[in-house]
Amino acid sequence: MNRSIHLLLNHRPITIAPVPATRSLLSWLREQQGLTGTKEGCAEGDCGACTIVVGELIGPERRLRLRSVNACIQFVPALDGKAVFTVEYLREQAGGTLHPVQQAMVDCHGSQCGFCTPGFVMSLWSLYNEQRDNQRPGETRPDPAKISSALTGNLCRCTGYRPIIDAAQRMFDLPAVDLDRDRLRQALLALQHPDALEQVHDGVGFHAPRSVESLLALRAAKPAATILAGCTDIGLWVNKQFRPLSDLIHLDRVEALKTIVTGPDHIRIGAAVSLTDAYAALTLHYPALAELWERFASPPVRNAGTLGGNIANGSPIGDSMPALIALGARIELLSQSGRRSLPLETFYLGYMQKDLATDEILGYIDVPLPDPAVRFRTYKLSKRFDSDISAVCAAFAITLDGQTIRSARIAFGGMAATPARAPLTEAALTGQPWDEHTLAAGQQALDRDYSPLTDMRASAAYRRRTAGNLLHRFYLETRVNDPLPADAVNIHAAASTAS
Amino acid sequence: MKTVSSSQPASTSPASTSPDDSRQDSPLPVDTESPSLRSSAPPSDGASVPHESAHLHVSGEATYVDDLREFAGTVHVALGLSERDHARIEAIDLTEVLASPGVIGVLQASDIPGANDCGPIVHDDPILAESEVQYVGQPIFAVIAERYDQARRAARKARIDYADLPAILTAREARDAGSFVIPPMRLTRGDPAAGLAAAPNRLRGEWTVGGQEHFYLEGQVSYALPREDGCIQLWCSTQHPTEMQHVVAHALKLRANQVVVEMRRMGGGFGGKESQSALFACVTSIAAWKFRRPVKLRLDRDDDMMITGKRHDFHYDYDVGFDDDGRILASRIAMTSRAGFSADLSGPVATRALCHFDNAYYLPDVDIVSQCGRTNTQSNTAFRGFGGPQGAIAIEYLIDDIARTLGKDPLDVRKLNFYGTSERNLTPYGQVVEDNVIHELVAELETSSDYRARRMGLADFNATSPVLKKGLALTPVKFGISFNMVHFNQAGALVHIYTDGSILVNHGGTEMGQGLNTKVAQVVANTLGVDIRHVRATAADTSKVANTSATAASTGADLNGKAAEDAALRIRARLAAFALQSLGSAGGTTDKGSPDRDSAPGDAIEAVEFANEKIRVGPREISFTELVRQAYEARVQLWSDGFYATPKLHWDRNTLTGRPFFYFAYGAAVSEVLVDTLTGEWRLLRADLLHDAGNPINPAIDIGQIEGGFIQGMGWLTMEELWWNAQGKLMTHAPSTYKIPAVHDCPPVFNTRLYRNANREDTIMRSKAVGEPPLLLAFSTFFAIRDAVASVGDGRTAPPLCPPATPEAILDAIEAVRAHPA
Repeated sequence: MNRSIHLLLNHRPITIAPVPATRSLLSWLREQQGLTGTKEGCAEGDCGACTIVVGELIGPERRLRLRSVNACIQFVPALDGKAVFTVEYLREQAGGTLHPVQQAMVDCHGSQCGFCTPGFVMSLWSLYNEQRDNQRPGETRPDPAKISSALTGNLCRCTGYRPIIDAAQRMFDLPAVDLDRDRLRQALLALQHPDALEQVHDGVGFHAPRSVESLLALRAAKPAATILAGCTDIGLWVNKQFRPLSDLIHLDRVEALKTIVTGPDHIRIGAAVSLTDAYAALTLHYPALAELWERFASPPVRNAGTLGGNIANGSPIGDSMPALIALGARIELLSQSGRRSLPLETFYLGYMQKDLATDEILGYIDVPLPDPAVRFRTYKLSKRFDSDISAVCAAFAITLDGQTIRSARIAFGGMAATPARAPLTEAALTGQPWDEHTLAAGQQALDRDYSPLTDMRASAAYRRRTAGNLLHRFYLETRVNDPLPADAVNIHAAASTAS
Repeated sequence: MKTVSSSQPASTSPASTSPDDSRQDSPLPVDTESPSLRSSAPPSDGASVPHESAHLHVSGEATYVDDLREFAGTVHVALGLSERDHARIEAIDLTEVLASPGVIGVLQASDIPGANDCGPIVHDDPILAESEVQYVGQPIFAVIAERYDQARRAARKARIDYADLPAILTAREARDAGSFVIPPMRLTRGDPAAGLAAAPNRLRGEWTVGGQEHFYLEGQVSYALPREDGCIQLWCSTQHPTEMQHVVAHALKLRANQVVVEMRRMGGGFGGKESQSALFACVTSIAAWKFRRPVKLRLDRDDDMMITGKRHDFHYDYDVGFDDDGRILASRIAMTSRAGFSADLSGPVATRALCHFDNAYYLPDVDIVSQCGRTNTQSNTAFRGFGGPQGAIAIEYLIDDIARTLGKDPLDVRKLNFYGTSERNLTPYGQVVEDNVIHELVAELETSSDYRARRMGLADFNATSPVLKKGLALTPVKFGISFNMVHFNQAGALVHIYTDGSILVNHGGTEMGQGLNTKVAQVVANTLGVDIRHVRATAADTSKVANTSATAASTGADLNGKAAEDAALRIRARLAAFALQSLGSAGGTTDKGSPDRDSAPGDAIEAVEFANEKIRVGPREISFTELVRQAYEARVQLWSDGFYATPKLHWDRNTLTGRPFFYFAYGAAVSEVLVDTLTGEWRLLRADLLHDAGNPINPAIDIGQIEGGFIQGMGWLTMEELWWNAQGKLMTHAPSTYKIPAVHDCPPVFNTRLYRNANREDTIMRSKAVGEPPLLLAFSTFFAIRDAVASVGDGRTAPPLCPPATPEAILDAIEAVRAHPA
């Protein structure tokens, strides 16, 4: 079975005969469609010059959702059934004149060399549409923090960002141009194909099953296949490493894996849930995750990438795992022969090695709901605030019984070949009063828990030292007597308080 | 002194404002460059019109080289790179490369018909390595394939046998080994040895400053088309089309008139496309010549960062003597840059570093050595500031050290050492500082930024905050404008007026986002008294204006603006003479032949007014378009060339003295930072910038350059870390590992203002160059971090902190200060 790909390109339906499974959306836009407004700056989802907006229908009620993504790390078949908007659409939408987003950028001198500009425009367009669609009464624009957050995935080397931030304010002062969401939704509904996408090109298949059963059958039948979720890492395998891939099995259309269910004692997150949605759910319960969420890659990467992908990929520097491990998250693996649940930390056997059979897939992540006795914090250290990979990512969760630590769960990323708990430190803390003496014992134990490496992000010495110092920060924030507020110990909290 | 704030929407007035209004009632100085013609030198600002391409940028319609519609049969190139830092090539086996899907052929050094060299000054820069590789990333061969990704995949399939040779990786190693790409330079004034010996206080040591990747968002790209008679047409993202023309001609054994290079716009340059676009221009042209196909080479980001040179990192040995107030009495510095494997532009970079070690300070007895270490790394090159920042930050570090040693506010020590206006005003290289405004400028910023009160508040904060500490610094900038090499200071332009009154200007400069085309179009519009919407600037093109200089050294608008003005003034004189005839004789057009501007009385020609799209002779006026139409029919030449050569310059390369700079640009900045003493993380809380752009041609564009330069400089000094492993391989070769500032690095409080200071020299509209100098404003951020680090000590300990001030470097410095015996 080999069917065509159907998508909306700038609101026009397009049918695409089978393409290579890993054909990048960016090269297809530029080379096949002549839409050269979308630029390649890095081909790894870090610069945002290729930012586009994807619209899709969500959930059983087929709700329309529009989000920014990086075209350089999207494969064309993954866009089946979706709407792709490039910068070229905006003038069309505005009837030939500049869209308010574009006019504001001109008015505020937001472009210099102009190469990053289409990407910024699309991130701003995404913000603009979201704001116009969800505007509360009396509200005319998002708050400044939201504006900056919307732009963390776009690099500009010329302006220093100030005029672009100004443009993001000014665009709401100009006569509005609203997207006809009903029309777009109808067009997307009309586009939907009754059958799951199955295409084969040059002997390589792209499969987008729509049920868990067919997914597991495919997984069992194709042990060499690669599971594709958001494409934010596999895109790099192709663009940068030229890694030969056989069949791709795409999780994105398996509705059951795109749900978030809050139960009596835990939140269950499907493996195909985007990082954006997963963190939105988690931060409702764990506000301490907010800074990590803000700094986890960028909106286009979080919109495409999945929490399940971050976990299943198993990189030692994946930012979601230390916090989830500290919180006691479990994962559920699915196969045709059944399901098994295991603590997240036991999933990781060694560098990029996982306790995952060839016929299994990661199905769900179960995160316990907060326990009021647990003090939880997670901290990330990197050279840059936005969209950087951690040198050290720490997560601490202790259960206090009066002054005494009843139990401790501590996990780090960047300190070992996998995300890993700190058993010696946990032991040093457990049963002890949460005081400076215990802190010092914990810091000594931490030094023995890990043997970090030196690389371009930090030296082993820095990693060791700051691991202990982050425990110190955690102590200052959570000690029983005179705990310090976040903005007294964390510059990022202080900077957001200041602004 | 009048200032304008960036917080005012600079765009509110622009297009509707006639940029010419102010010229009417001003006494116009005579332009000595264009005898008998008046130069435009309005006393008020130019207009903040948007960038000429802004509407194209935002709509994705601005075309860069890779966006050009491809010719049928276009093929693509990828480069095969060295995996060793220094090795003899024993064997190259390209069998698998040639067998890869889509591959048409390969190029090796032996395929180059002419010179295998693309070095801009010294001929030590092979296009493709021959028998030896000199850094990890050096191109060895090129593979040509039908498609881009086919070429890239094939390039990885080469089998190359190497025999390793000893490698030198750092500037310090090069200094110790005496390994230099050009002979060291030395400039001495007075008797520094005696001065140092006699000084009551002395500081000696070593210091380093890191390099910087340009990270232009558009990577290097060239597209070559073979044309008739062996000619090559080249589209290249380059700051220097003429040099691309030359290196391609040399490589192909062609005459210059057989190569045409066109450059509409770059997606950023920052110096990285001044000389280093050459290798790619050559490879595409050679491939186009060999395979008779249109050939495109667009570098993947990782390849770009592995192949191309960056800002030079520097190593310093210093020795400074000073009195108890902090006044510098004598100083000695030896600066060694990491030049990389070839000379490239390292020599001129070293010269500019030498000429900027003084920054804004008078250095009585001084000894400056500037040398370029040959290392087995990428060949470092021009980068915004061109050695100036590396020279100037060294003296700032010394002054900061002096102040901390003496327990003084570094600002006071800075002020004590400023150049004087009538004395203490001679630079080490013999140029008198004639236009010094640093005292007034810094005083104004000190007040407007509330420096002193904030200094007190900071001390209170730090006394009560156990983990987070604040730091504050005010640093000055003085930056010399002109190419050190006198003969580069020339430019040409062509202005065409068409019979419908529309105007086209072409000049020798290149547009890389800095707004050069906008400023040049404004100059032409001002000169002819029309709105800028009538003026279009076109792609730089070596077949239009010949023998252009690089768009570099901040001189783009100074040189090309003057050249375009010259061209426009020549046409204006002809139109004025014609208007005198036609309007002066009751408006009738008679065919008297082309009026000769020299035949009309100069006073009468000057009395003809060009403003508001009208030409006025006494009481009579005529629209610009109508006059143009009539002038055409009267056979008046409506187009002209223009030329400019910067006056007053001289430079002796042997003695390193002269007047290398037409004038200086000034500025100062205050940064306030917050540092985490547990992790070394930091955030910039507030920045106040005050910068001298002369009389601005376009205030909004200038503010864009100032803020952008500041943030870029801040990146250089803090988060941007180039990291080579022990095998000499650069490991930070993509934005995933090399971090340039992002949106949250823009400070929440960011006040940028122009310091109004009409240029005392006769520059275009009395403006000042603004491309590079603001980058140095970021020194304030680095020294604010150092100030915060110092707060954990006894008040007299100077933190040992070298840029880039990464969290790790900052934490190291904090621990060093804490460990320092009180």
